[in-house]
Amino acid sequence: MGEVPVKITDACTGCGVCVDVCPFGAIDTVNGKAVINEACRACGQCVDVCPVGAIEMSEAEAVDLSDYRGVMMYAEQRGGRVHPVSYELLGKAQELAAALSEPVYAVIVGSGVGAGAEELVNRGADKVFLYDDPALAEFRDDPYTDLLAQCCRDEKPSIFLIGATSLGRSLGPRVSAKLHTGLTADCTYLDIDPETRLLRQTRPAYGGNIMATIVTPNSRPQMATVRYKMFTEAAKVDNPKGSVVEKPIDLSNVRDRVKVLGFDEAKEQVSISEADLIVSGGLGMGDPEGFGLIGELAETLGAAVGASRPTVDEGWIDYRHQVGLSGRTVRPQVYMACGISGAVQHQAGMKTSDVIIAVNKDPEAPIFKISSLGVVGDLYEVIPRLIEKIKEHR
Amino acid sequence: MSEGLNIVVPIKQVPETTEVQFDEETGRLIREGVAAIINPFDEYAIEEALSIKEKLGGVVKAITMGPPWAADALRDAIAMGADEGWLATDRAFAGADTWATSLTLARCIERMGGYDLVICGLKTTDGDTGQTGPEMAEHLDIPHVCYVNEITEIGDGRVVLKRNMDEGIETLEASLPLLITVGKDINQPRLATLRGRLKAKKAEIKEITNNDLKMNPKEIGLDGSFTRVVKLFEPETHEAGEVVEGTPDELAEAILAKLQECKVI
Ligand SMILES: Cc1cc2nc3c(=O)[nH]c(=O)nc-3n(C[C@H](O)[C@H](O)[C@H](O)COP(=O)(O)OP(=O)(O)OC[C@H]3O[C@@H](n4cnc5c(N)ncnc54)[C@H](O)[C@@H]3O)c2cc1C
Ligand SMILES: Nc1ncnc2c1ncn2[C@@H]1O[C@H](COP(=O)(O)O)[C@@H](O)[C@H]1O
Repeated sequence: MGEVPVKITDACTGCGVCVDVCPFGAIDTVNGKAVINEACRACGQCVDVCPVGAIEMSEAEAVDLSDYRGVMMYAEQRGGRVHPVSYELLGKAQELAAALSEPVYAVIVGSGVGAGAEELVNRGADKVFLYDDPALAEFRDDPYTDLLAQCCRDEKPSIFLIGATSLGRSLGPRVSAKLHTGLTADCTYLDIDPETRLLRQTRPAYGGNIMATIVTPNSRPQMATVRYKMFTEAAKVDNPKGSVVEKPIDLSNVRDRVKVLGFDEAKEQVSISEADLIVSGGLGMGDPEGFGLIGELAETLGAAVGASRPTVDEGWIDYRHQVGLSGRTVRPQVYMACGISGAVQHQAGMKTSDVIIAVNKDPEAPIFKISSLGVVGDLYEVIPRLIEKIKEHR
Repeated sequence: MSEGLNIVVPIKQVPETTEVQFDEETGRLIREGVAAIINPFDEYAIEEALSIKEKLGGVVKAITMGPPWAADALRDAIAMGADEGWLATDRAFAGADTWATSLTLARCIERMGGYDLVICGLKTTDGDTGQTGPEMAEHLDIPHVCYVNEITEIGDGRVVLKRNMDEGIETLEASLPLLITVGKDINQPRLATLRGRLKAKKAEIKEITNNDLKMNPKEIGLDGSFTRVVKLFEPETHEAGEVVEGTPDELAEAILAKLQECKVI
């Protein structure tokens, strides 16, 4: 919490009226003078009752929005490897910055992440703020929050984007709360309003039935977490002109209250978020064994296996395979949906795939409305033949 | 820790259907006339609190910020086994975004007596941000851990827990007080018993208004919110391609042709 905005001047007579009126017990009398302690909530009641006008409250400093310039993005990394969502954010940040004629900033926190910082410069960041220290090797919400908040206070970006990964969705709210600014979760579309120059943040709302566009008019930075696989990665630029700015780190100034004891990497080889080819199974498979057939097709194609939510709820497959609003967003070259009806919540996670192929018994299935190729048929009849044909073809 | 733990569970009442209605003008949900339930994720939070209490003793307090009828959600929590229900309700709290909500809830929690552990749901099915928990932790100035799927040890002011990250499961150690958010993989929520329901019916719901909190009007409700909804619209629909019927062999052939066209085989 920030500094207490209430001050007691020398005019204080120590009468104690304020002590009695304070609803938080935030005023003590010390040596015949009132003293404010950290329980103060700046409610202002003491200011009103002081008979000698000895209590002053600094108005919450109105933020001068014009002080804030630049589009900043957080480059998430684990073990030194920059998460691909960061390059997508950088790509988007460049577009937004171009619309505003403002610079593009990246910030990266970790240990031995200098190469990652260079890569962000190579992909067009104007400045990359680097917080590099062995003590920052593992992600912890506390120190990462404090450093990102510090970076925003120093650099005053007008926009700050964070990937809506599990890490980003834990970190983002904490940073926004610390900075006293708004945060829009899980955005799927971002642009600049040409008139107001505000960031328009669009996200699915109310179970994916509706899209909402949200702005943050009066506080800075305008913060958003952004879904993975929504935007195109920033490409390498020809003559990178940006630079890495090493930031001094004072670890005595950051909190660190949760200790990491261990990490068990998920067993699956292929992560669906990164796959170029995905074969997904839905409730239409009828039973968990269906994933045997789906897995066989996936293996034949070198594809990853996806799933609709009810199959995950039923325990047929691990949550990491779930595609959709409450699962992962995927954007493969080809997405093949087998026995999936295509509810809006499922679509929310896969409709930006380049090509969608659907196999469904029901010609009225909603999935056909978004499929490049819709195949009306029984997956148990079609898929075994398809596997044969692919093998013959080779 | 012989007196057991003081556990607070912030819960939210949400509309039961996902077929929501909204006010085009303000961009806010119309809750009137729609059946309301406890946010499904929050039931896992209540269950976790109850099972910790069963192990270590203590007290489980449910709190919600909402309209007067949100008291029903608190009674449901009490019926499951929560000891106390606290309702933060005031016209001035209305229209709050996650910033204002989390700040108001934090101020309430500070008034409700001490707390060792705050357990939130992973997210709500209406607001659907998952932000309120971590923001509340910052306002309370306590650490938080999201997506907890198992508490392996708890006691003596210390917790060891596991959380579900995108890339795998992380094991963490924290001291109390702490805020966690939990999802569906942590437990199986119990059903309310008949005795619980009777108790809930008679239970006193403790109300908190801004007369109690004395928060600056600029920090609460719509005025205290940094974000504004400016537009609501239907998600775009996509153009359908061709839909084919035929024998299984013809259909498999059609898929093969498409895969070749995409140059993936
Ligand atoms: C807030 C919220 C979030 C959600 N998030 C997600 C999410 O992230 N991901 C998700 O997937 N869902 C999500 N859902 C659920 C979603 O609304 C649907 O219920 C779900 O996607 C349906 O899954 P399904 O298509 O597998 O099953 P069903 O809708 O039951 O469809 C099965 C389909 O299989 C077809 N079929 C049956 N037998 C065969 C056969 N032998 N061969 C071929 N086809 C066959 C049927 O015609 C039918 O179309 C969410 C819902 C809510 C309310
Ligand atoms: N109005 C509210 N009252 C009490 N708890 C809430 C409220 N809104 C959100 N929460 C808590 O915060 C979690 C995340 O909510 P959300 O940020 O809306 O997705 C919920 O599961 C609840 O535990």
